[in-house]
Amino acid sequence: MEHVTILMAFAFAAVVAGAMLVVPSLIAPRRLTPVKAQPFESGKDPIEITQGRLAVKFSTVAIFFILIDIELLFIWPWAMLYRKLGWFGFAEMLVFLGILMLGFLYIWQKGGLEWE
Amino acid sequence: MTGEIVVPVVGLSALLPALVVVGAGGLVLLLDLLPPRASKAHLGTVALAGLVAALLVTVSRWGTDDRAFRDMVLLDNYALFFDVVICYAAALVVMLSMDYVGREGGESGEYYALVLFSTTGMLLLASAGDLIVVFLALELMSLSLYVLAGFFKTRLVSGEASMKYFLLGAFASSFLLYGIAMLYGATGSTNLDRIAGSPAARDGDPLYLVGLALLLVGFGFKISTVPFHMWAPDVYEGAPTSVTALIATGSKAAAFAALIRVLVVALRGLQPDWTALLWSLAVVTMTLGNLAALAQSNLKRMLAYSSIAHVGYMLVGLVAGGASGAGAVLFYLLAYTFTTIGAFGVLALCQRAGEEAVEVSEYAGLARRNPVLAATLALFLLSLIGIPPLAGFVAKFYLFGAAVRGGHVWLAVIAVLNSAVAAYYYLRVLVYMYMREPEAGGAGYVPSFAGGLALAIALIGVVALGVMPAPFADLAQGAVTPLLR
Amino acid sequence: MVPESYYLGLSATLFSIGVVGVIVRRNPLVMFMSIELMLNAANLALVAFGHRLGSPDGQVLVFFVMAVAAAEVAVGLAIIVTIFRLRRRLSVDDLNLMRW
Repeated sequence: MEHVTILMAFAFAAVVAGAMLVVPSLIAPRRLTPVKAQPFESGKDPIEITQGRLAVKFSTVAIFFILIDIELLFIWPWAMLYRKLGWFGFAEMLVFLGILMLGFLYIWQKGGLEWE
Repeated sequence: MTGEIVVPVVGLSALLPALVVVGAGGLVLLLDLLPPRASKAHLGTVALAGLVAALLVTVSRWGTDDRAFRDMVLLDNYALFFDVVICYAAALVVMLSMDYVGREGGESGEYYALVLFSTTGMLLLASAGDLIVVFLALELMSLSLYVLAGFFKTRLVSGEASMKYFLLGAFASSFLLYGIAMLYGATGSTNLDRIAGSPAARDGDPLYLVGLALLLVGFGFKISTVPFHMWAPDVYEGAPTSVTALIATGSKAAAFAALIRVLVVALRGLQPDWTALLWSLAVVTMTLGNLAALAQSNLKRMLAYSSIAHVGYMLVGLVAGGASGAGAVLFYLLAYTFTTIGAFGVLALCQRAGEEAVEVSEYAGLARRNPVLAATLALFLLSLIGIPPLAGFVAKFYLFGAAVRGGHVWLAVIAVLNSAVAAYYYLRVLVYMYMREPEAGGAGYVPSFAGGLALAIALIGVVALGVMPAPFADLAQGAVTPLLR
Repeated sequence: MVPESYYLGLSATLFSIGVVGVIVRRNPLVMFMSIELMLNAANLALVAFGHRLGSPDGQVLVFFVMAVAAAEVAVGLAIIVTIFRLRRRLSVDDLNLMRW
């Protein structure tokens, strides 16, 4: 059974991940500095971020971008096979884009795209 | 590029209930953009109309066996039975929400749209004949519910409930997806029938077993069995009460629908394995659920643990197996849905000093201040205990009877003992309502026409199911026959 | 030609790392990234199986999973931002208003 190897890989990964957590806590010296105690890993001060360095409006636009962008996943294969799919494919894509446009209209009218 | 593309037959009739609901959801979104912008009360009516239409469509299609999109969507009696339960639950939740949401946190169109979208997911989950549809429908349902749980944006508990629900729900979904991937690898198909017919089922392929285990973990989270129940009490407590009612009934019924179909149809080759697993899950779930409920003073939390215990009872029916076991689970879900919506509905309509009343002490002396409301809550709680002649009693009777007939006498004994323990914490609420002196400024009823109507419908359901259960039990039995062919 | 079991081994490893990440990390964003890792581990397994079986089902399912994952990102980030606005700090240990 070749699939038994998968189970072994599961176990191996769990052991490695667990060891990476346990071993440092046993042997590594613990010197807590204020910098290390911060919750963010990138060295940025979390207090600064909340004060507005990274505007929340940016994240809203980013969320909309992800949602619209990912639809390309379905449009790309459709475009590759457009001629073979014929009118059926055209109608299906119209339905798909229609639903997408409803969502877009909603975002737009609710003021989700206004930068300020 | 491969040769000709076979254009699939588009059989929209099998999707009709879901299409009606999603259409209503889109309509609510559009109407939300139009005036009047200040009041959103009419959107609740639109949502309700959509759900009632879906209910009528469902009832009118009873008896069909519609398969569409190469058996990906099945509209058989089994799916239709769950569609009725889900549409009822969603409709009652919308009625309860009409005054509650506006009063507590600002009404808006997306609330009703999200309720309808999550209902669409539930309906699809009940008709899923393919693991791809199971995953997509489950995500549609869950993503809408994550947002709904955090709908009171200015309340920290609501946000906390939403975050916990989201993180653990997404965690569970990825287990489910990995299980689907393993089953696909073992059997070469994601279709439930073809999975059942594949040789891997007979050979005991380890991938197949791993797939089963991961699927059970994923579903275990969604229906909140112990040990995957940690999210339930926090989410039930923090979410808006109307949303809690939907999570406790509709989403649970839908997840059960998919779980039963996957186990009984696709994984019937592994029945001895999953029966043994579910046996222990059932015992742990009902026992821990009931014991934890004993310690609660917050009613929403208490009902959360009690709903965990009820999941344990329903697993008893799955262990019992066969048409009688599965039919008993369906009947139990119907009774449980009416009762639980009713109990949460009473909580949604009770207020104390402008805040939601959720502590049991706030209900002291409610019988004197508002006898009708107290009697209503009392009936729902008595049904949850399983006192005849209410729905909960008959449902438990069928369920435990099926377990005994299936040869699981010990399981039935444990379940009955659990029901006896559970009686304590339900009766405590009754004692507070009827025997304690009213507290100054205790919980009071907030008048609401739609909410009152929803409670009345739920109450009629609870009594009707208890007084004349036979026709409904026959329906439930008839609903499971398509699975057991 | 890389054998299928290599892909599955990698997929299982990624999945386990994701599970451990969700369990031990306390920052919701990192927990969420771990969940994404689990989803993508499943995607890798699906593509590997689909390749072996010569059927497109696996790849099609991956498309849907990616779309669902994007929707999950949107909902998750929105929830995290909402909590962040209320609390100005981000750790699941802070989410302790409710205790059992």
